[in-house]
Amino acid sequence: MGRYLLRRLLIAIPSLLGISVILFTVLALAPGDPFGELATNPAVPPEVREALRVKFGLDDPIAIRYFRWIAAMVHGDWGFSFASRIDVDTLILQRLPATLFVIGSAQLLALLIAIPVGVLAARKPYSIFDQISSTLAFVGFSLPTFFTGLLFILVFSVQLDWLPFVYRDVYETGWRWYWENFRQAIMPICVLGLFQAASMTRYVRSAVLDVIRLDYVTTARAKGLGERVVIVKHVVRNALIPVVTLVALQMPAIFGGAIVTEQIFRIPGIGSLLISAILANDTPVIMAVTFVFACLVVLFNLIADVLYGWLDPRITLG
Amino acid sequence: MHEQAPDEQALRGLIADVRTGKLSRRTFINRMIALGLTAPLATQMLVYSGVAHAQATPSDYKPTKRGGGGPLKTLWWQGATLLNPHFAVGTKDQDGCRIFYEPLASWDPDGALYPVLAAEIPDLENGGLSKDGKSVTWKLKQGVQWHDGKPFTAADVVFNWEYAKDPGTAATTIGSYSGIKVEKVDDHTVRVLFDKPTPFWADAFVGVRGMIIPKHLYADYTGGKSRDAPANLKPVGTGPYRFVDFKPGDMVRGELNPNYHMPNRPHFDTIEMKGGGDAISAARAVLQTGEFDYAWNLQVEDELLLRLEKGGKGRTDMSPGGNIEHIQLNSTDPWTEVEGERSSLKTKHPTLSDKAVREALALLVDRQSVQDHIYGRTGIATGNFVNNPQKFVSKNTKWEFNIDKANKILDDGGWKRGADGIREKDGKKLKFVYQTSINTPRQKNQAIVKQACQKAGIDVELKSVTASVFFSSDVANPDTYPHFYCDIQMYTTTMTQPDPETFLLQFVSWEVATKENKWQGRNITRWTSKEADDAFKASQAELDPVKRAAYLIKINDLACNDHAVIPVVYRPRVQAINNKLQARGSGWDSDFWNLQDWYKDA
Repeated sequence: MGRYLLRRLLIAIPSLLGISVILFTVLALAPGDPFGELATNPAVPPEVREALRVKFGLDDPIAIRYFRWIAAMVHGDWGFSFASRIDVDTLILQRLPATLFVIGSAQLLALLIAIPVGVLAARKPYSIFDQISSTLAFVGFSLPTFFTGLLFILVFSVQLDWLPFVYRDVYETGWRWYWENFRQAIMPICVLGLFQAASMTRYVRSAVLDVIRLDYVTTARAKGLGERVVIVKHVVRNALIPVVTLVALQMPAIFGGAIVTEQIFRIPGIGSLLISAILANDTPVIMAVTFVFACLVVLFNLIADVLYGWLDPRITLG
Repeated sequence: MHEQAPDEQALRGLIADVRTGKLSRRTFINRMIALGLTAPLATQMLVYSGVAHAQATPSDYKPTKRGGGGPLKTLWWQGATLLNPHFAVGTKDQDGCRIFYEPLASWDPDGALYPVLAAEIPDLENGGLSKDGKSVTWKLKQGVQWHDGKPFTAADVVFNWEYAKDPGTAATTIGSYSGIKVEKVDDHTVRVLFDKPTPFWADAFVGVRGMIIPKHLYADYTGGKSRDAPANLKPVGTGPYRFVDFKPGDMVRGELNPNYHMPNRPHFDTIEMKGGGDAISAARAVLQTGEFDYAWNLQVEDELLLRLEKGGKGRTDMSPGGNIEHIQLNSTDPWTEVEGERSSLKTKHPTLSDKAVREALALLVDRQSVQDHIYGRTGIATGNFVNNPQKFVSKNTKWEFNIDKANKILDDGGWKRGADGIREKDGKKLKFVYQTSINTPRQKNQAIVKQACQKAGIDVELKSVTASVFFSSDVANPDTYPHFYCDIQMYTTTMTQPDPETFLLQFVSWEVATKENKWQGRNITRWTSKEADDAFKASQAELDPVKRAAYLIKINDLACNDHAVIPVVYRPRVQAINNKLQARGSGWDSDFWNLQDWYKDA
């Protein structure tokens, strides 16, 4: 196991290097100028822009800039934001809690919905409950989050005036702090969570369907075990193995999907950081955030594989 | 016939009337505005002629004690990314800084100076302005404290000059500080010295580029070390609110400054400037749901604003400024390459160089429709390049939309319709490529122009470029606006100062954007005129504000009447304000120019 982990981690290094080369080149070749806004301002002399470009090494060849970046990265220096003039890692760390909170809660909500609904639907396939849950699931994952997000805002903020739609740092204290945080988080968590739950319900259903027809389940029933025990102990446990790996593999995609939701609700997460960095052509920040996403993909792939081996003793890693 | 601009004599008469009290300041300024002069210019005319500034404009401040106003929640759809005013890139940064830092004086909505850290506005009568126009003496307010308790003195002001003018600092404010000298007269007096007579003296230490940072926290971080200053992220200023927290691009938070230097101010206990999202939902959060009290820079179609205003929670406020959406006609040939450069000064545009063609095009831009159907209250049709302050606005231009007249001019000019209905002369066809940035109102505007041109036998091909490319200064990309590698283009030029001098650099020959200067010149149309050059130089040395205004108006007239540019609409700044909040935007300064005076009705 230890050797397997080590080998996987070593393989990850060249793939991350490859990813970083591609990202860096694409960003360097992309049009746009971090100091473009200065160009349209007649009060700023062009020399300032030139000085800034030189100061941030923007006029050097791409290869040199890349090696400078990678050398700094190895030393734990994530770079320096052109737009904010502070270290990129500070910027990312500031934004991480909000993203983790929203994505984590959404994922939890999705699991809380998907597992019971999927299992119940699979237990009696093509029953009314299954039909309804399938229809809702299809509706759920056909509606993109930017649409449901706006819909929620129109209904719950504009029409009903129940919930705020601007997510901000709450500075009220005591119970008000929890209450305000809860109120402003409901909509984004529901938007993301329901979208996830929709597709996950389908996975759970098909996984349970695969298992429920197997002989050992019939055996368990023949032993006279209660239905609840059969489902919870025997069926769900085995059915969840592929689901767990799927969830792990989907994590990076969820981070990506959260970008849109963060923008709509103004959540100060890394997704909205990425968008504002792209708009400002703040290359070091774009580079860092996309690289974090790339690391997440590699990491969660590894986690999925390890989990798989741990949950299913038939699979040995080596 | 259009109204004649009053001659110098008449202007002097009016100014005398103001001095003796026969004419109110406001009436004078309004009259000057009607003549096409901008308000700040009109005000300066009065100052030079010995009429003091109105120094008490925002005197309608009602609260009788400091604090107690609760939180003030403002929404910027692009959050401030840094909090050092000398590094500020856009207005979002300047606004974020302005919560904590203050200049010596702000520009009010009429373009008059309003003292903040200055004890009074310099003028000829109080001796602040020298007769030769080569120095300005600022008297500073006494007893002002930085948020950390240290006293604010002349040394701080002098330090800001040293800090900003150092090229190593790479301050975006360097343009306001590099050509001057600043000296300390005593602890509460500084003198700004110019090399030559300078008619527009209120630049350094004034408005968005004049915010003062504390010497005691920045003295060790000048030049190359500027980026390491801890205060860059934790500002310590003199403003009405003290720093609490800052997340770049997301939010800036402040709390009441108990030692603020103006009595009973500020009214609010905390201030929050939230960033991110988009303009429409920002408008919605103020006008419809009332979640926020103030939203900045709402570049939203007027139709939508009107609908949101029915929400009843807030109102929109327009501050007139000088930003002008205009169409540029290329004077050079964009399709011939000379020494590795298209649109080179060594070429002439094959068809647009004929004034008849330019005149016809100007007649084919239906500005009224553009205003009525696209911009509404947020874009006002105009025939002038300089539209504010009023004392600088020309009365000598006119505009109309007239397809028949355009056809006649082209017929008379010898442009005959060919078999395909497109006019041509000497084998050269009237076919143009018309580019702008991708932005819905602009594409609609393009369509309106194209349609009218079709009726006049002119073929227009529309091109739209992503804004991030179009407005970049990328030397290698031919699609940026300074390259101007096409016949016609359209965008908004922003006017950042209430004085059109730098703004009009766009029409002088030494500012032409070329390969040699990496397309950093300000003159994009490549239109040049000896008369305009001369008028500009004359205006720079002219201390008499009336004569100077006349010179600057002349440049506007030369460019507009020769149709180097076709002004379309000028665009006031739009903000949404909660119905209870008393705040007023200024088109010449930060939205927070008088933040200390903001309050909410109980």
